[in-house]
Amino acid sequence: MSFVQNFPFFSIILAMFSGIVSSVLSGRRARDLSLCMIGITTAMSACVLFFCRETGESYTYMMGHFPAPWGNEIRAGVLEGLTAVMFGIVMFLSVLGGMNDAVEDVEASKLNLFYIMIDLMLSSLLALVYTNDLFTAYVFVEINTIAGCGLIMIRMRGRSLSAAIRYMILSQLGSGLFLIGLSILYDITGHLLMSPAKEAVAAILADGRYEIPMLVVLAVISVGLAIKSGLYPFHYWIPDTYGYATPTASAVLSGLVSKGYIFLLVKIFFRVLGTENIIDSHMVNVLYIFGIAGMLMGSLHAIRERDTGRMIAYSSVAQIGYIYMGIGLGTEAGVIAALFHVFTHSATKALLFISAVGLYDVSGGKRNPESLRGAAYRNPVAGIGFTVGALSMVGFPMLSGFISKLLFATSALQSPGKMLPTLIVLAVSTTLNAVYFLRLVISVYSRRGVYGEEQAAQPKSSFALRISIVCFVVLNFILGLASQPIVGAIREGLSMFG
Amino acid sequence: MSRRRDNYETSRWKKFLRWEAGEIDPLEQGVEIQVPSVRDREKASDPGDVFPFEDIEESGMYGDRHEEDEAVLKSRGIRFFRRFYCVMSVILCLGIISVLLWTVLYLPPFGNAANPANNEVPMRYLEKGLEETGAVNAVTGMILDYRAFDTFGESCVLFIASCCVLALLRIDAASGDREKKRLMDENDRLFEPKNDIILQKCACVLVPFIFIFGIYIILNGHLSPGGGFSGGAVLGSGLILYLNAFGFKKTERFFTERVYRRVTVCALSFYCLAKSYSFYTGANHLESGIPLGIPGHILSSGLILPLNICVGLVVACTMYAFYTLFRKGGM
Repeated sequence: MSFVQNFPFFSIILAMFSGIVSSVLSGRRARDLSLCMIGITTAMSACVLFFCRETGESYTYMMGHFPAPWGNEIRAGVLEGLTAVMFGIVMFLSVLGGMNDAVEDVEASKLNLFYIMIDLMLSSLLALVYTNDLFTAYVFVEINTIAGCGLIMIRMRGRSLSAAIRYMILSQLGSGLFLIGLSILYDITGHLLMSPAKEAVAAILADGRYEIPMLVVLAVISVGLAIKSGLYPFHYWIPDTYGYATPTASAVLSGLVSKGYIFLLVKIFFRVLGTENIIDSHMVNVLYIFGIAGMLMGSLHAIRERDTGRMIAYSSVAQIGYIYMGIGLGTEAGVIAALFHVFTHSATKALLFISAVGLYDVSGGKRNPESLRGAAYRNPVAGIGFTVGALSMVGFPMLSGFISKLLFATSALQSPGKMLPTLIVLAVSTTLNAVYFLRLVISVYSRRGVYGEEQAAQPKSSFALRISIVCFVVLNFILGLASQPIVGAIREGLSMFG
Repeated sequence: MSRRRDNYETSRWKKFLRWEAGEIDPLEQGVEIQVPSVRDREKASDPGDVFPFEDIEESGMYGDRHEEDEAVLKSRGIRFFRRFYCVMSVILCLGIISVLLWTVLYLPPFGNAANPANNEVPMRYLEKGLEETGAVNAVTGMILDYRAFDTFGESCVLFIASCCVLALLRIDAASGDREKKRLMDENDRLFEPKNDIILQKCACVLVPFIFIFGIYIILNGHLSPGGGFSGGAVLGSGLILYLNAFGFKKTERFFTERVYRRVTVCALSFYCLAKSYSFYTGANHLESGIPLGIPGHILSSGLILPLNICVGLVVACTMYAFYTLFRKGGM
């Protein structure tokens, strides 16, 4: 067994350990530790990715002295490694970009608590990515939920408390449904580990026993995770949550947390319930319809929104709709497109939230489009970052959003029944995206209003923020220009899932 | 057939109709804590500084939205929507409940030996558990040895929950809330009986037994039913009883926030490091070198005993911290 194979375990434990240690550190030290830890875990995940690509197969890792089905187990493959790397990079840049605002938003004596939550959030995301056991997934879903609540409410200002309560209630509903699904599944299969559970599910389906419980399991797990990731009819917690939290929290919640659940859902679909089962039970169609509805409704809500933070949040509703639409196509190409959009959206949405902060900073903290007029001249880096993010969401060529839209469109061609609605809604949604994003981009680049204000009094945004924005822009270009290897890796990883 | 009832006004159906029309709020008297009258007087003399979250609404960025909301709430469409919403929520809940109950009918019968859950997994836990983990109590062997990673996750759930409560409720003297902290300290005794002699005498008798029982449950976790989670809860409730009887002055002699933090960090770090060693050796097929001891002895079953102690400490500290934070925003 090569040493690299230990890395998934090391990265989860390291993230948890630094969270525990941070509780006795000062805020500044906790931040440094957090950044170091995220860097190290990302490097480890990259090693896992290269190791798996080289050997061409995934491997399971025993957590303890007892082999699976008795002990816990984690699993690493190309897709897990790639997702962990992406999550690590986005997390690092979000923390880096938002750290000065975190100092302002969070009380000084509670700053270390903020970084504890960031650390444990990363550990739970990594565990959700690497897990090979359904109950381990549930435990880390719990950590993820509580850490998410903490990240939202630690700002303690404006509506962030009510947003946290709303998030908590809906998120707990999702966790509860997920847990009910797991219990029923355990009752009829007798396994919590994914690989034996899959065999048991196949045997049950072949026998034709337990048809109704199986259907309920499918529905409850899908709906539970859909609520937690904010699919359209369950999206009411999104705008307040993302709009009023501190910037790092907004970026992390929108970019990573919902994506962790989506990744888990895909993993459960492929590794436990079986794709044929999902397609035969028409669950994909349900997800598809809700995804399509989300693509339209999220954009329509965003057009009506006057607050920039909430507008970006509503755009997340639309993007989550895209992802579920891709999963709902029910083909491998659709899932690949959805997973690529997971990466696109986490990189782009985090960029938008972070660079919007740079724009608020130079506009007296106001967030409506009128106040942001000319903000891009006052803070050029943030302006460029916001423009790149907006163009990527709209689907401008060379940027990552274009590739994911292309993948969605090509994968729609392979599923005849759903081709026409997918293409039409894609076109409409893209236009709507362009309406609200470009409106804001034009507004931040309009000259009027610049001259009226005294420029000397405007505070400069920090160096860390600018670095983070530049890195995010580069990441977007990498995803857009070098998409082939990434798509190839996703395809390879998905075939390892089977 | 049930008896005919004449008092329609107090019947449940009528109550439901009134709730649905928005006339009554069933939670109004059940949940809210009645604020003592002393506080009202203080509030009059010292506006807006008694309740820690009162000023949040005012300093909020979106204060003006409230008026808008009021106006919107009065409009007719919204009233209709609210009634519709109430009815739909009840129907939806009943629908989900009936679907889940209906599913239960199709599940394997409870306690049947041929159930899918009775497969090789619990078999090995029961048959080889003693030999492999050294724990007489199979449940402890399962959660702290076979599936120790999940249990570590669970203790982290407790840890992060207490961090969230700290972030929400702790009032720090350092960050400009000195006045608020003083007021909370003063107000603290208003809610509690002061030096109640009956409570104190009872606590004197009970607290030592509760502590000993809690410690027994933790230390014997691998031998008899119990373990870190249950024993820690007993310990924590003993601490809370002691605090209620004697007040913060007495508990602060041995349990301050500093102690709390050190105990939690040490316990969780030990758990983390010990289990990491065990996972690492296990996954790489190395000998861990931790002796399992003779089953039945107190010093046996390898890492399970120290891990139980760690979990117990974390649980006890978390319970006590929750209580003090909810009571006065600090330890």
